[in-house]
Amino acid sequence: MTAELGLAALWLAAALAGLQLLAGALALTDRGAMLAGIVRPVAVVQGVLALVAFLALIAVFADTDLSVKLVAMNSHSLKPMIFKIAGAWGNHEGSMLLWVTVMGMAGGVVALIERRLPEPAMLATLAGQAFVSLGFYAFLLIASNPFERLSPVPEEGNGLNPLLQDLGLAFHPPTLYLGYVGLSVAFSFAIGALVTRQVGPAFARAMRPWVLGAWIFLTLGITAGSYWAYYELGWGGWWFWDPVENASLMPWLAATALLHSVSVLASRDALRAWTVMLGVVAFSMSMIGTFLVRSGILTSVHAFAVDPQRGSFILALLAINIGGALTLFALRAGTVSEGERFMPVSREGALVFNNVMLSAILGIVLFGTLYPLVAEAMGAKVSVGPPYFNPMGALFAVPMLVVLAVGPLLRWRRDRFSRVRRLLVIPAMLVGTGVIAMVALGGVALLPTLGFALALGLGWASVLPLKGRNLRRTPLPIWGMVVAHFGIAVSLLGMSCESAFSIEKLVAVKMGDATGVGPWQVKLDAVEPMAGPNWTALEARLLVRYGDHGKVMQLDPQSRSFWAPPQQTSESALLTRWNGQLYAVLGGEADDGRWQLRLWWKPFVPLIWLGGLLIALGGVLALFGRVASDLRRIFAREKIAYRRGRIAQLESSRE
Amino acid sequence: MSERRPAPKPARAPVWAIWLPLVLFLAFVVVVVIGLYRPADRTVASTLIGKPMPAFALPAALPERPGLKSADLAAGKPHLVNIFASWCIPCRVEAPQLGALAKAGIPIAGISVRDSEEALTGFLKENGDPYWRIGADDDGKVQLALGSSGVPETYVIDGRGVIRYQHIGEIRPDDVAMILQKLQEASR
Repeated sequence: MTAELGLAALWLAAALAGLQLLAGALALTDRGAMLAGIVRPVAVVQGVLALVAFLALIAVFADTDLSVKLVAMNSHSLKPMIFKIAGAWGNHEGSMLLWVTVMGMAGGVVALIERRLPEPAMLATLAGQAFVSLGFYAFLLIASNPFERLSPVPEEGNGLNPLLQDLGLAFHPPTLYLGYVGLSVAFSFAIGALVTRQVGPAFARAMRPWVLGAWIFLTLGITAGSYWAYYELGWGGWWFWDPVENASLMPWLAATALLHSVSVLASRDALRAWTVMLGVVAFSMSMIGTFLVRSGILTSVHAFAVDPQRGSFILALLAINIGGALTLFALRAGTVSEGERFMPVSREGALVFNNVMLSAILGIVLFGTLYPLVAEAMGAKVSVGPPYFNPMGALFAVPMLVVLAVGPLLRWRRDRFSRVRRLLVIPAMLVGTGVIAMVALGGVALLPTLGFALALGLGWASVLPLKGRNLRRTPLPIWGMVVAHFGIAVSLLGMSCESAFSIEKLVAVKMGDATGVGPWQVKLDAVEPMAGPNWTALEARLLVRYGDHGKVMQLDPQSRSFWAPPQQTSESALLTRWNGQLYAVLGGEADDGRWQLRLWWKPFVPLIWLGGLLIALGGVLALFGRVASDLRRIFAREKIAYRRGRIAQLESSRE
Repeated sequence: MSERRPAPKPARAPVWAIWLPLVLFLAFVVVVVIGLYRPADRTVASTLIGKPMPAFALPAALPERPGLKSADLAAGKPHLVNIFASWCIPCRVEAPQLGALAKAGIPIAGISVRDSEEALTGFLKENGDPYWRIGADDDGKVQLALGSSGVPETYVIDGRGVIRYQHIGEIRPDDVAMILQKLQEASR
């Protein structure tokens, strides 16, 4: 019953999306103007219905209704409740339903609260949102119905892939989805602005909180995903330039560029066409990313939910949405002027430079991700990895980081470099010291040296915008910028230290023997069998000590075997100190009773993710500041309207 | 208001730049459509087969035995090149098979990856020593140049130093005949 309710809600929501598209588009013409009134309410109801459908799916999963095919395929009555619920979106159909739900609700919220834009632009925006949603509704209802029944009803469900039974992973995909879908709102605003030719500060202000919100979720999603790959895969690396990772990085790069150009448009009315373009590109990257991951077109270490049939469907959606938007852009952008002018040395100039650098990195990542596909079409097989991505990315990242240190200190419109030169003496000296220190150490490659030095300089420079300000009265968005830029420096420092100073050791040790890695003494004390709910494991007990006098601590890496489906995983064990992490993986046993151990000492590696969290925190501060000032403005306006009304009332009563 | 300046022409992006994103996107769609509808063939054959051994010169891993350089392998007779390490468990599994091949008179050159002299001596003592020469590849650079992704891997090299076959993973007892056949083909 619940399943049918969900399916009905889904159909209704799809129908309303169709109505929203038609009414929104017709209301823009003279004869259809009377339809304008229904567009906003329809958008709200559509969002609510999508939510009802999604809640119905969660309910079906929560009571493990095995007559629903999706539940039978992906769930099990004995799973803990939290994984039953997370299982609702841990599969293709459910995650697509989550996608349209978030998208519908975002559209509903826009329809409810956004009053700054001229009404025609709003109508076009909501029609655009409905158009994109409609494609995904069709995808769900035609090609991947989550509520399909199964007959006969099986005794028990298939269970969930054990690798995915991890709390972090239960919330990693939805986080990324919130980011992807948040960008769909920016996309719709861009469409609305292009259709009505209303590209200006009001458009940018309406779009900004959505871009910020989406960007925060993307940042968190990428940070969490990177940490998951680090501890779960047991390879000791934190980024593999894998297509799935690139699929989440590309929208982030586009959103970062968009975030900055939207600010320029909001406060300076410059960069109009460029911002609209980025608005289209950011969501396009989300869809392309989803497509690349879901269609299985690229071979990836963590390919999942792969189905070429669905791939074709998403590709068709992609071609219609992105192709349509880019065509609209090409037709209309010629009539949108670039807006206010500015000099190359100015805050805008620095932002434009970094926008171009970010776009270049985006292009490099996209090209590297697709190149195996291009090569295969021409009959060659290649894989593209760090030797391409690292230097090519750095080529643009290094100048970007330099400008990132200087840009926030410049004034809008026009400035002289000589004005800020004195401020930059210390950061420049820090960079020099960093380079000298690394060269003195010897044996450090170029990129880690540069990264280390730049991280020091950027770390200092990033807090300079606070200089001379009253810290209590500094607006939150400024704090946000400072924290996020500082986070970049922190993360960069972690990356450089990881790649410059990591020590890896692969050893076979006898029981009771000790070995060393970096400053650590590691002794293999015991290897014992363990049993979990659906796995058995061999667990090593390692006694480790930092330096000669450190406290002895225990690490327990496991080599786990799951039996349904049969799969072996290694559960790494981590020990975090303030100055780095010890990382241990247990390998197999040799005939002579020695055990293979893989050990890493990674100085300062946690800074990578700490930096990621700081970047996201910066976004949160900025978003909070923007929303608070928007709300204040709305309240002030209502107050004024109320007072005017009262005055008019009093005056009329006096007469 | 004596003189009105002419209004500056609004800046606009050039036409080609405006159409460029669409063109790039269409190119993407074409590539993807080709990729989606071509039958997928994911097997990867080493691209090094039929190519000469990359040039390298490795120092000796053990004091009493010479190191290995690529010129040693172009000596007119087919060789096996075995990439191994004392810390690698499957290498122990394949040791008897390598021993048998060495007994059959096939020169086996070893490349030991990220190893120490002490551990290597112990490994050879325990598992037998089929090697003619052993080069020490301490940073794994030669392993990478050979396109090897792990240990053990074994290459069949013909008399002119050209790679004829790459065997990934350990040589199992039932692989020996196939390896011998590849060596035979290489000596023609």
